[in-house]
Amino acid sequence: MRLKRSASHLRVFRLSSATALNIFKVAMSPGAVAGPRAEEPADRDALRRLLQRLGLGPRPGELDRAVKVGFAATLEGLLHPVGADAGLVSTPVPVFGLEPTAPGAKPGSAARRAVNQQVAARAMELQAWWVDRMAAVDAPLPERLAWFWHGHFATAIGKVRSAPMMLAQNETFRRLGAGDFRELARALIVDPAMLVWLDGAQNRKGRPNENLAREFMELFTLGVGNYTETDVRQAARALTGWRVNRVTGTASLLAAQHDPGPQTIQGTTASLDATGFADLVVARPESAEFIATRMWTRFASTTPPGPATLAALTAAYGPRRDITALLHAIATNPGFRDPAAVLVRQPVEWVVAMLRALRLRPSALPAPAQRALRAGLTQLGQVPFDPPNVGGWPSGTAWLTTAAAAARLTLAQALTPHADLTLVTAAARPARVDATAALLGLSTLRDRTRAALDGLTDNPPQLVALALASPENLVSG
Amino acid sequence: MNSLTRRRFLAASGVTATVAAGAALGWFELIDRARTDPLPTNAHVLVLLTLYGGNDGLGTVIPAADPAYQQARPDLAYAEHEVLPLREGLGLNPGMTGLKKLWDDRHLAIVRGVSYPQPDHSHFRSMAIWQTASPTDPLPTGWLGRWLDASGSDPLLAVSIGPVLPPMLAGATTAGAALPLGGLTLPQGALGRAFTALGQPAPGEPAPQAAAAAAVTDLHRAVTAFASAVNTTAKNTLTARATNGVGGGALAAQLDVVARCIEIGAPSRVYCVSLGGFDTHADERSTQQRLLNQVDSAVAAFLDRMATTDRGRKVVLAAYSEFGRRVAANASQGTDHGTSGPVLIAGQTVIGGFYGDQPSLTDLNDGDLKTTTDFRDTYATLLAKVLDTDPARILGPGRTVATYL
Repeated sequence: MRLKRSASHLRVFRLSSATALNIFKVAMSPGAVAGPRAEEPADRDALRRLLQRLGLGPRPGELDRAVKVGFAATLEGLLHPVGADAGLVSTPVPVFGLEPTAPGAKPGSAARRAVNQQVAARAMELQAWWVDRMAAVDAPLPERLAWFWHGHFATAIGKVRSAPMMLAQNETFRRLGAGDFRELARALIVDPAMLVWLDGAQNRKGRPNENLAREFMELFTLGVGNYTETDVRQAARALTGWRVNRVTGTASLLAAQHDPGPQTIQGTTASLDATGFADLVVARPESAEFIATRMWTRFASTTPPGPATLAALTAAYGPRRDITALLHAIATNPGFRDPAAVLVRQPVEWVVAMLRALRLRPSALPAPAQRALRAGLTQLGQVPFDPPNVGGWPSGTAWLTTAAAAARLTLAQALTPHADLTLVTAAARPARVDATAALLGLSTLRDRTRAALDGLTDNPPQLVALALASPENLVSG
Repeated sequence: MNSLTRRRFLAASGVTATVAAGAALGWFELIDRARTDPLPTNAHVLVLLTLYGGNDGLGTVIPAADPAYQQARPDLAYAEHEVLPLREGLGLNPGMTGLKKLWDDRHLAIVRGVSYPQPDHSHFRSMAIWQTASPTDPLPTGWLGRWLDASGSDPLLAVSIGPVLPPMLAGATTAGAALPLGGLTLPQGALGRAFTALGQPAPGEPAPQAAAAAAVTDLHRAVTAFASAVNTTAKNTLTARATNGVGGGALAAQLDVVARCIEIGAPSRVYCVSLGGFDTHADERSTQQRLLNQVDSAVAAFLDRMATTDRGRKVVLAAYSEFGRRVAANASQGTDHGTSGPVLIAGQTVIGGFYGDQPSLTDLNDGDLKTTTDFRDTYATLLAKVLDTDPARILGPGRTVATYL
């Protein structure tokens, strides 16, 4: 019964998907076109959440458009975008030449320093590209999911030291991040950047290195408490033999260094390789609950799902480990609309939402503003491709520190002078606070914030900068 | 993983819920209290140094004279002549010359074989155990958070240097204060006035939004009071982080701020500082020696400075990590997650020497060192002798107080 109903739902959504994508396209050109009215009443707050959490924050007009077409069609447009994406086309992935090397150069030598500078420059190019891409895309979900999976399979360029390998991993998140989690897990466990990051490339028969095996179960697929120390040691054997070629950025299995087993993992004894091990753990019911809970807490609510919600989420995720179906279940769960389910925006989410609301493209900014953007993310503690460790970044109020409060205002001040603020400047002064709230897609402003903003209506760049730094804009309420 | 930080642990810990409130207190309150209610000059102060990532105890206090050590780590082991000799065939890592001097002056206690029953090899679970002092059941409070609860619920009694509060400072009703480094500059004029106004609490707003507003208010108070010292320190910290991602400079900078706080009479009895990067699965020898050298130079300089003032001579510094590492090296010139390791305790009031038995390198537990000292006994000693608190109130009954203090 349940299956039948959800299948027919899906069909209805598909029919409207072309319309739904228009939400995101129409907003590119001023002058909204009226779309068909959805049957269910529009829910502005729920739609704001949807565009903030499954999207990357609304561009001007997108929230109004979403209200017109309704929640179901907006969600469908996010999950199943159709048609060309001009923003995607305008931000092609960077092309990196061969890895810079200085064979035989001593640490501290000029040649070594030159290599280090090149490696750092390529990392910065990659980081700037992704922020630019996230600011530009019409269909935000692939980038939103790539961002989520980057935090989940957190890999840092500081140790990997290869922009091409980090980019290849990033493209894997984009390619597989909305599909079958089994495929994603199989790809990540032999991903070249991951193998370097968690020492998998040094794991060989007879003398295993447990790092990748442990974190794969603890942080990527099962969660702590759902595996044993024996599982870790056995899994490390299953993952032996992989090597990374830094020149080509590829990984390959050296049969002579692979331990053919058999290994006994989670009670199953078999001759397991990387794929066999990944499939084994991802098939566990604990893995489904772990992934569903992780996505729930990042997309819906910091309160973990109750038993009924968790059952509904894992049912949608299903034996096919369908990430899109899980996201759909999260967004349509009543808990998604719980007024108490307020999420703190992580720094990158806050920055990207700002860029989209102000219709700024980082690559088109003058150099000082680009530097301010880079410095801002560093000060806020969240630089893409450089998570603090394999656990990724925290969520929640850990981001709301005094130092971050200052850094946010500094960054917003550096960017608003470059934005098209016509929506604000065209308004009469008494209407400029409301125009600013509308520009940023903010819900109700508290009196405190309204009073603060009232003092800046004669200076629209400062007005908008302060609104960007306001408590209301730091959360997805 | 190459750099475990407090922030990471915070994310993985179950202790996060109570943390935000205390984080709203900051430099201003600290400086104000130092003026109105300074710490008595005879009060002892604890500086707790967390080494994130699992520091290799066998590469720190090195059993270089033990053939089993040389055999277990053919590529990694230090030769006997390379280590800084202590006693009983043990020596300090060659990078730790400052701590060796403290040992020679009998101001360094080395507690050996410290861990807890049935060690867990997960960074996050093991660090949670260390920080909550609860090896069996997950607890929602940290051990120093419970001490805060039991000591009058003053968040400024225990502070953490850096933007994120470690879970050990989260109590049931009180959380310690996280004092940020850097960023203490503010806009002036109309924008500055408007920014100040954003910090007002608004009735009925969601808790995270209220926390964001509180951070703004705290920022303004702090800048007026503590900006010059902290910004100098922060510049050094950021530079250090930018160059090597972890930074002994970062630890030195944290300890520099701690030193300033102690010297001005800040009301805090506990300061938490940290350094990450100890997860040496590969190429351990150079990485660990570099990190330990950073610890050594930062700690030795800090304690030298402390030895020059009355308040400073009451300071006890304790350094620990969530676990040591496997006895046998892996194939990557590194070591995998292990169990027990040494806890280092230093200061003018410390009675130097070895405490606890050195774990055997041949009588192992599935390849891991056995535990000879329960970590809660170390906490009990610090609580009783530094913080003047009955350990049973914080840790439960049955703990043993050691004699190094």
